Amino acid sequence: MIPSLLPLDVVLLVLLGWGTVAILSLALPARLALTLVFPAAMAGSALLTGAGLWGLYGDAHATLILPIGLPGMPFHLRMDALASFFVTLLGAAGMGIHTYAWGYFRTLAAEDRDGFVRLCFFYLIFLASMVAVVVADDAYIFMVSWESMALSSYFLVTTDHEIVAIRRAGFLYLLMAHLGAIALLLCFGLMQQGVGGDYSFASFRQTRLEGIKASEIFLLALLGFGAKAGLLPLHAWLPEAHPAAPSPVSALMSGLMLKMALYGMLRVLFDLLSTTALWWGVMMVVLGLMTALFGVLFAAVQYDIKRLLAYSSVENMGLILSGVGLTLLFHGAGKESVAALALAATLYHALNHAFFKGLLFLGAGSVLHATTERNMAKLGGLIRAMPWVAGFSLVGILSLAGLPPFNGFVSEWLLLQAYLLRPELPQPYLNMTLPLGAAVMALVGALAAYAMVKFYGIVFLGQARGMDLTEVHDAAPKERWGLGWMAAGCILLGLFPVTVIRLMDAVTQGLLGKTVGHTAAQNGWMWLTPVAPERASYSPLILLGGVLAMILLMVVVLRSWGVHGRSRRSAPWDCGYPWQTPRMQDSADGFGQPIKQIFEAFFGLTREIPSPQDAHPHYHSEVTDPLWKWCYVPLNQGVEWLSRGIGRLQQGRISTYLLFSFATLLILLALVSGGAMK
Amino acid sequence: MKASALAFQLVQSLLVLLLAPLFLGWVDQCRAWLQNRRGAGVWQPYRTLVKLFYKEVVLAHDASPLFRVTPYVLFGCMALTATLVPMVATDLPLAGAVDVIALVGILALARVFLALAAMDVGTAFGSLGARREMLVSFLAEPALLMVFFTAASLSASTSLSTIVTVLTHRGFFLYPSLAFSGVAFLMVLLAENGRIPVDNPETHLELTMIHEAMILEYTGRHLALIEWAQGLKLLAYVGLGLALFFPFGMTESGDWWALPGALLAFILKLIFMGAGLALLETLSAKQRLFRVPEFMGGAFLLAVLAILIHYLLGA
Repeated sequence: MIPSLLPLDVVLLVLLGWGTVAILSLALPARLALTLVFPAAMAGSALLTGAGLWGLYGDAHATLILPIGLPGMPFHLRMDALASFFVTLLGAAGMGIHTYAWGYFRTLAAEDRDGFVRLCFFYLIFLASMVAVVVADDAYIFMVSWESMALSSYFLVTTDHEIVAIRRAGFLYLLMAHLGAIALLLCFGLMQQGVGGDYSFASFRQTRLEGIKASEIFLLALLGFGAKAGLLPLHAWLPEAHPAAPSPVSALMSGLMLKMALYGMLRVLFDLLSTTALWWGVMMVVLGLMTALFGVLFAAVQYDIKRLLAYSSVENMGLILSGVGLTLLFHGAGKESVAALALAATLYHALNHAFFKGLLFLGAGSVLHATTERNMAKLGGLIRAMPWVAGFSLVGILSLAGLPPFNGFVSEWLLLQAYLLRPELPQPYLNMTLPLGAAVMALVGALAAYAMVKFYGIVFLGQARGMDLTEVHDAAPKERWGLGWMAAGCILLGLFPVTVIRLMDAVTQGLLGKTVGHTAAQNGWMWLTPVAPERASYSPLILLGGVLAMILLMVVVLRSWGVHGRSRRSAPWDCGYPWQTPRMQDSADGFGQPIKQIFEAFFGLTREIPSPQDAHPHYHSEVTDPLWKWCYVPLNQGVEWLSRGIGRLQQGRISTYLLFSFATLLILLALVSGGAMK
Repeated sequence: MKASALAFQLVQSLLVLLLAPLFLGWVDQCRAWLQNRRGAGVWQPYRTLVKLFYKEVVLAHDASPLFRVTPYVLFGCMALTATLVPMVATDLPLAGAVDVIALVGILALARVFLALAAMDVGTAFGSLGARREMLVSFLAEPALLMVFFTAASLSASTSLSTIVTVLTHRGFFLYPSLAFSGVAFLMVLLAENGRIPVDNPETHLELTMIHEAMILEYTGRHLALIEWAQGLKLLAYVGLGLALFFPFGMTESGDWWALPGALLAFILKLIFMGAGLALLETLSAKQRLFRVPEFMGGAFLLAVLAILIHYLLGA
């Protein structure tokens, strides 16, 4: 065997293994399935991480043709640098989620055997289809994997299918996934048109599509992948489906599956399509930033912990897609080295998001498991009952809020650098408006911090809001390991940015022909210098060391001056007010209130405010997504109107149907003869 | 050269750590004079700090480790920030670790920790203060970033050393973009340091306090650290303002002969800035809380305007 083929072989082995275990698990008793499926998922993920890293460093484009599939259309598989990166992402972030899931699903395994083995089956199929999407090298297997990814995750989302709301959320998800899939099908169909090839990506790469046709393909890809990524206005399924799923599945969907949309976009826009137009990039930057702002505003006013995190995923996908847009913009203008910087930042953010959002969804899962409560208004004070979960979640929120020295900061810093240190673009209006993009990013980052303080402060800090904390237990050991893995990922990705960015060199080299890693590492592995040291540099280790050194210096000096370290416990001071109750703390609604007030125009708000004379005052406020009213409801009404119209044709009488057939035949004949006369 | 640059860094670190309470005292003293009071003298913040350091810490029953760690995190972040801002000399060796964006990040880290600690005990005032602080900051932080972006665009760098070096050598031209961002920066400075139009550091009036509401539960050495960090933050902001908008008289690190002159220039600038700040605070009244978003939105718009002007006029 040729050694350079090996990474792809490993991936194939993992796919086969997962498929076998998935089918096997259907026949096993629940306890055995639990101890087989999740360790298998973990082992597979470890292998994938290794194979992906190997593929990134080895830089060998392994291809493989499997003689299965339709006759004359074998499956093409290929593992290049881009695929290797996403295989690494799936493996590395997956490790923590599977470890956690192993512990998390033990109650389900004990309670409901059939439901549990179904979950095991779809869990592995879901993982395998995500990997298959990444290594697919023809449109056929890509669509098959893409669809099985959507279907298996639909079944995972509807694990608790007895609940009506969850069935509805699942249906919405399925609907959106299929709208996206249709767009993708058309997209690949357009690419195939005129080539006469075998739908393989290799044949797409060889054709040059220009003008309107290329733009049509771009728009279809944006629609198809945007529906998966939650791009405005196709985000509606995301805040419904993610909370409905069991928490490890939410973590998988948010951390890993959304990244498949990014993968698909990069594959189509930079690899398969050889042309680009400037307006594509502009459109994606604008849409991405709008999505980010929209997502973070809605995240800040949620009271359901998982919905809050889901909206924050919308925000992060918006940032990621704006990064893709920025890359496209620079690529279109021929500034490949800055495009490489933007692409590296985007990929970095995708990796970071997989870790911190996975971590937070898992943390939310532990909260949910321990308290059976998703409503923040009833949580509080959990840091005392679940110190492990609270500690790991703290890492997660600091990363998500984009604070140094954690990982979220590095990628946002790199993206801002791409916005700021851009070269002169040929269009003066773009030169002027790009800094506004940086302004929106800054606003989004600050609002994300707001949403995260709300999330953590209300759920983990303060006093319990009517819940008995003595009955709440911390996460079990396996869950702790899973959380710990994700938190360690957040910290390491934040502290060693140069090492991480070097991984992306092979990807940017493959797609844009330029690398960032070498310039980024010019001052050594401790200093991240994306362009040049005098333009911008960042060193998280020195930053952390500096803060710690300052604290240490102060403690040593104070101790030497004889400052004692005594403390005692007492009742809280609270301006001397003794009748303090937990209900006087800010509720989730209260904490989000300023955002509601300032950005009222963005929200669909319904409020019931009690009158001063009310004996039993009751305050209620509900935030709804205005896009439902503006987009989805009219669309739905249109479809209903249309189908009612078509329904009129259905008379139920055979003579009418015969008349229709006859008329169709006549029209077709007329068309054919018309064509023949020409 | 490297060693002497490091020595400069060390000198500046010690200088800001020791000077921060003095600057706070000077502002308070000026304000007392303007209000026809005698004031407690410029050394009062030191006396307060010493008193607090030797007092016992009283923790609420439910205070978690996060609550106890926060004063240290806050102090570490602010001390590092104040150390890295070029005040007397440009081209500090450690300044490369933290550029302007990372600087905003460190300030945000400190703020998030403080807001979380305020919510930790679960008092009504704590969460109220945390919410208000986050409200002010989510508008102030982007404005501050935009101010920095304007300076970064002027000097084609986000590194503070390069920015200040470029701005020092630009001569006495009035850049319209810098004028706009200067006003925006001043507004951010007032808001982020809890000064008068946004917050009042002197009162514990329940309905209006922001910063004080967050630190109500802190006592003893914890409170001392927070107060000290607050002084460091004010000094860092004023130093940043001076470095961006009045960088004249600075020396390059390693140049020992120019140090006394630069030091003198810096202290003079601080005296003027402190007096100006006190005057500004005396002349204006505290705003209603719901005016604050408008105030901060104004700062954000000015900062955005500044960067647009920079690209429009190229200046």
